[in-house]
Formats: sequence, structure tokens, C-alpha cells
Amino acid sequence: VCIHRVRSCSSIRFIKSKYLCVFDKSALKFSHQQRLFRTSAVSCGQIVQFKLSDIGEGITEVTVKEWYIKEGDSVSQFDSICEVQSDKASVTITSRYDGVIRKLHYSIDDIAFVGKPLVDIEIDASKGVAPEEDVVETPPMSHEEHTHQEIKGHKTLATPAVRRLAMENNIKLSEVVGTGKDNRILKEDILNYLAKQTGAILPLSPKAEIVPPPRKTEAVPAAPRDKARKIPLPVSRPIAFSGKDKTEPVTGFQKAMVKTMSAALKIPHFGYCDEIDLTQLVQLREELKPLAEIRGVKLSFMPFFIKAASLGLLQYPILNASLDENCQNVTYKASHNIGVAMDTEQGLIVPNVKNVQVCSVFDIAVELNRLQSLGSAGQLGTSDLTGGTFTLSNIGTIGGTYAKPVILPPEVAIGALGKIQVLPRFNGKGEVFKAQIMNVSWSADHRIIDGATMARFSNLWKSYLENPASMLLDLK
Amino acid sequence: MVLQSLKNCLWLSCILRTPKACFWSTASGGLIIQSVSNDVYQNLAVEDWIHDHMDLEKQQVLFLWRNSPAVVIGRHQNPWQECNLRLLRQKNIKLARRRSGGGTVYHDLGNINLTFFTTRKKYERMENLKLVVKALKALRPQLDVHVTDRYDILLDRQYKISGTAAKLGRTSAYHHCTLLCNADKFVLSSVLKSPYKGLKSNATPSVPASVKNLFEEDPSLTSEMLLHAIAKEYAIQHQIDHHITLINPADETLLPGISKKTKELQTWEWVYGKTPKFSISTCLNMVYKDSVLDIKVNMDVKHGRIEVCNFDLPEQWLPSGLYSELVKSLTGSKFCPNETTTLVTTLLRVCPQDDELHSRWSLLCENMIRLM
Repeated sequence: VCIHRVRSCSSIRFIKSKYLCVFDKSALKFSHQQRLFRTSAVSCGQIVQFKLSDIGEGITEVTVKEWYIKEGDSVSQFDSICEVQSDKASVTITSRYDGVIRKLHYSIDDIAFVGKPLVDIEIDASKGVAPEEDVVETPPMSHEEHTHQEIKGHKTLATPAVRRLAMENNIKLSEVVGTGKDNRILKEDILNYLAKQTGAILPLSPKAEIVPPPRKTEAVPAAPRDKARKIPLPVSRPIAFSGKDKTEPVTGFQKAMVKTMSAALKIPHFGYCDEIDLTQLVQLREELKPLAEIRGVKLSFMPFFIKAASLGLLQYPILNASLDENCQNVTYKASHNIGVAMDTEQGLIVPNVKNVQVCSVFDIAVELNRLQSLGSAGQLGTSDLTGGTFTLSNIGTIGGTYAKPVILPPEVAIGALGKIQVLPRFNGKGEVFKAQIMNVSWSADHRIIDGATMARFSNLWKSYLENPASMLLDLK
Repeated sequence: MVLQSLKNCLWLSCILRTPKACFWSTASGGLIIQSVSNDVYQNLAVEDWIHDHMDLEKQQVLFLWRNSPAVVIGRHQNPWQECNLRLLRQKNIKLARRRSGGGTVYHDLGNINLTFFTTRKKYERMENLKLVVKALKALRPQLDVHVTDRYDILLDRQYKISGTAAKLGRTSAYHHCTLLCNADKFVLSSVLKSPYKGLKSNATPSVPASVKNLFEEDPSLTSEMLLHAIAKEYAIQHQIDHHITLINPADETLLPGISKKTKELQTWEWVYGKTPKFSISTCLNMVYKDSVLDIKVNMDVKHGRIEVCNFDLPEQWLPSGLYSELVKSLTGSKFCPNETTTLVTTLLRVCPQDDELHSRWSLLCENMIRLM
């Protein structure tokens, strides 16, 4: 049995240093479907020392600043290997060979010398007749030494990217007519071959490769790895999908959230939901918005919701309390520091408006504006983000109606506000009218708050918002 | 072949779409383009795009651009070492990291940027700078400007008016430089002064220099005039039309893939995460009640994230469990004031609810965040 070790196109990253092993010629046809892997990288290639080439301007030494690869990685010709710096010039060194990195001769911040070895690359020098094997060509522009590998038997000229494209689409290079120099097979030739086969017009690659003539006509393998071809084929073919899972450690802010949410889960939550008719409030806000604008403040609905909540907390202070760790003591907080959940790039942050009990609706609007602009600039301070006693989450700005909010310790209650929808409702006379309806979903700590208290608080809050004039009676 | 004709169609549409034709023309040996945008990230992305996608064998390119206020650091630099990040955030001045080497510069509309694109073989910085000097002298013969061997351009033998940096790739290269026409020197000097102490790093340091605006030497000069003079000289030397093609860096059709490049330049991972490993060893002076506490802090930051950190706190000033929780949470998180603020305030939710403890925690954290 002839064992053909066909090295998988090293430019397919996700099989890195694994080798595609096939046992006979016919299996090669199906090779891209049944990927048989050998996990042990059998070293059968020659080690080549890739020297640091001339930088120009008579420079003899550079500082190595960053490695893009590490020992054991597979590289393709033209892949970036490292970044070096010399006198205000940053130089990207690219690989001249396809192969596996075996040794890095320098560490970061070392001085590297022109003409001396930079990395050792193991080049696969497989011999044997394999129809899909191709020659690695250097581009005609370079005057550097060749990495020309001549393989006995079928000799087709094509760059690694072209080879990969052919393999992905199950094409025998011997069947493709090459239109490049020396009958070299170019990417266009593969695409044309496919087009002829399927009878479809292929969409142009969105990358700059196919843009104007002055551009290099080389099928440069520097093209991105993901090549999901949008070929409208009558028969569906397995198209190579090169996406892969990405695992990242949970760090920083996310780690803190994990802790907080785990602690929140220990709180026995109960929920209470209701529907609020904001028709009158919508009208009131329309009237007040221009007045606020004159004073340079953007007035949303939140200041009203927040003030009404504070008025409710005056009647039901247990909702503005905190339970200690051992559940021995309940602390009734004097200040109503009402948190407003904000969605930022990092995730959920909850700055709070301090002492709402002594703020007017306008004061709250001013403070909210300040917190919102700091929040979007990523410049909130620690005092803005600590000391909250009660939270409102306006998830409705994103969407949704009812929610099941999670209480943020050390608080004992939270309200989630859905979006305002225009819905038909019946009025006192039994007539249908257009109502502005918003849903609210409360969650409370059942260890110290009972359903009746929550319901009564919600009803009070609801009555202030459904009939904003009533807020005037109780405003302090 | 079907594909060939499609290719030609696209090329033609490119020509027809540009405000001035001949953007992609192979007829001339050079091309002068100017960006219509003042966004530093978009303009840096154009440089990347030309470097990656244009064939510079037949024609070299001169790219002219100006930015609204921004600080631009070199590829291998440390932003904490180079500028006052706090001031940048306050004044809403952008921070960008370019792909070329060299030092930190301040850009505003009073500064012009010139990028000379050539093949790797034709990379020649001195020639480019001599071209600029020639153009300046042609415009105002009395100007005393010359190129130093550090590739700076000096005015009156003492003031730096231009700094240089370069990027070399496999087949192409570019050399870009600044030129101070009428920049805000006050802002320049305040943002380029780092307040951060105790930093130790191998990042490329900037060499501070006295600067002067050409406008101060000759108030009749404007950025526009300088741009035109340099374009004119470039046109003469490359034997092409003195013709500036305007390009819009947001045009994805003309520059396919440009928005991806622009986005990448704005990511935290690029701007801060590419900072070479550095360490901080300093003292926090915290005013607590009636006394001042000197707390020694040590941090190692790699890829912009805290790798190691410790604080030399008085015994039991913070309960040890809480202290280790703080250190554990900080490890791996970004060396960034916003991330750290949200992290420490979130952690506070699960700490014992003790006012004294909370105020100590806030004090320590606020002081620590000032290091970022």
C-alpha cells in the first residue's frame, strides 16, 4: 500500500499542524469531506533558516517588537511573521515559505541582524506522485531565492491560495486551463471552471483583488481565510466553513457581574406586573418638553417615573431598605438613590440619581442628562455608581413588554419598564379609545417584602403616573 | 470570458464614479490624492488600504490629509508614557495608534500630513523630505528650513516643524510626515506631557522637541497653500499633472474593505492592547480622615490588561478577603478607568454593607483609577 502523505494546505488555519492522511488515490477526492487527521506532526521536512532580509537605507540591525506567530504554528508564504522597528520605521516581515515554525531566534526587544537567521521553518518536502500536489511559486516580482519544489509526475503551477480553492471545490487542477505565465493556474481560472460547470455567473469577490488592472494580478494568498462562496448551485455542495469557536477568559467587569448575579440569585424573588395608562402623562410631557429645552435639558419619561417611585417609597419605605448578610437586620435607607440601568458597550451599568426625595422632576432630568452623557463617554465616577437603594430599568427603549428583572444587591426591589404601545382600551363610558400603554414588572425580595406591599406600592406609583396632577398634592 | 468582462465593468464604474477621472489610470507615473475627511481613523485606514491593495510599481502615490484634534502614537509606543490621557478624555481629543514606527504627534487642522507611497525598493525618506523643503522654499524663498539626519525638518535651525515615520511591508512601503502650519501649540504641549509616574517600559520613547508653526514665521501662509505647493513639487518631480484627486475614506465601493480597516483602528485592542508590556511602581497618596496614607502600588500591564497588581496597605485596613477579591478581579481586566470603575463599583454590591468599609474601598479605588 502506498501511503501518500499529502500535507494539507497549510493555509487552512484550523487544521494547523495536523496532517491530512490518505491511503489511496481515490480517497483524495473525498478528502475534504472526511478529514482524517494525524495529531502527531511527523517531521519529514527540511529545516530552512529564514534570514532577515535587507531593510534598505543601509540598515544592519533592527529591534524585534512583536511576533505574530509562535513555535509550532503553520505559516503560508506571505503570512506576517513579525514586526521589527528601525529608526522610526516599522517593518512587517513576511514568510517566504510554507511550513511550520520550528524556532524563533529572537525574543521581544532583542536586536536582530540583517542577513542572520530570524526563524527556522520546516518545509514539507513530500515526494511521491499525488495529482493534487502543486509547485510553490514565488511571485515574479521578487528577486529572492526560490523555494521551488519540483515534484515528479504531474506538474501544475499554482500558488497555495489557488490550490486551496481548487481543493475546497473538489477540482482537479489538471483539468483547469491555466491562463497565467507559463500556463500557471490563476484564481480566475478556477472560478471560470466552476462557472462553466454550474452554468452560473459567480459574484465577484468583495475584496480588492478583482478591482482595477493596475493592481497585482497574482492570486495572493493574503486573502482572508473564510471563503464562503455564494454560488447559486442547483445541487448543494458542502462548502468549506472555516469559522471556529473562540474561547476567552471571563475578566474584569464580566467577572464582577458574575459575582453580583450569583449573589442576586440567593435572594428569593417574587414578581408583580401591571399595565399603566400613560395617555395623560404623554400629553403632559409634550407640553413640558419645550420648557425644559429652553433650560437646556432633554426631558424624557424617566424623571416622572423616578419621582413617582420616590413618592411611593415615602409610603412604603421597606422597598428602599437593605437586608444584612445574616438576615438579622433590615436597614431603612433615608436617601432615595434611584438607580437607572444603562446599556453601554461594556454591558449593564447602573448609575443612580441621589436623594430623589428632595429633587424636583426637572432636577432629576438634569442629573439624568449628566449621567447619560458620562455613561456614553465611559466616564462615570465611582460615586455615580455606588450608593443606590432602588432601581428602575427602562428596557422598553430597546423593546419588550414584561420582564423578570433581577434585584441588584444590596437592594430589595427593582422595576422593569416595557415599551409604550398604543393600544385600544375602554374608558369609563364603555367607549374604545387610543391609550398609551406601558407594562411594568416588579421584582422584590420575598424575605422582607410581601406581595400586598408590592402591589400597593405599584398601585400608588401607577396612580401618580396615570393622573399626573395627583403628584402635585404629594410633592415635597 | 464572463469574469473578464465583469472585471472591466467594475473598473469602468470606478472611473466614472470618482469626481475626477483617472484615479486608477496607469498612464501617469504618480498620483496625488487628498482626503475629504478629518477623521484620524478613516485617514489612517486609507493609508492601510493603499499599502495593502495598490500596485505601486507603475505609479507612486502622494496622500494629503488633515485631522481634527487627535494624538497619534507610533506602532510600538505606550500611550500612558506619551500623553496625558486624562486630558484627552476631558477635551474629547481622539487617540490613535498608527501602523508606522516613530514617536507621538499631535494633529489638528493646523497640521498637514503627507504620505509618500512607493514600492519597497523605491523607499527613500530623504528624497521625500527634500521635496517638501524644496516646495517650501519655492513658496517662500526666505524660509530657513532644512532636513536633519534624524529625518526632522527644522525651521531657523532650531524649531521642529515636521516629524517622520515609516512603514515597510513585503512589496510596498510608505513614509509619512507632519508639517506644522498653524496648530494649537498650547494644547499640543499640554496633551503630550504625561502625568503618569513610575512607568517602566521598553516601548519606543518620543524625543521631545521645541516646535514652531510656519504661520508664526509668515502669517500669510495657510495649510491649503502648503498642500498645493507640495503637490505641485511632487507633480514636477514625477512628471505628472498637478492635479489633486479627492477621495472619501468612507466610500466602500472605491476602497473595498475600508470600513473594516477603520473599525479595527478604533478598537481598544489596537489602540491600548498593542502597548508593549510595562510595569508601574508608584505611591498613592491618600488623604484618609486626618492623615495621609502612602500606599505603594505595583502593577504589570501586558496587552493593555493588568497581569499582576498589589497594594501595600496597612494591616487590616481592608479585610484580607476583600483585598484578595479586589486583586483577583483586577487581574486580567483592562488597564482602563472605565472598566475598572464599573468593576469595583459592581464588586461593592457583594461586600458587607459597612459605611466605613465602603469609604475606604472607594478611596483606594479612586486613587488607583487615577493611574489609568
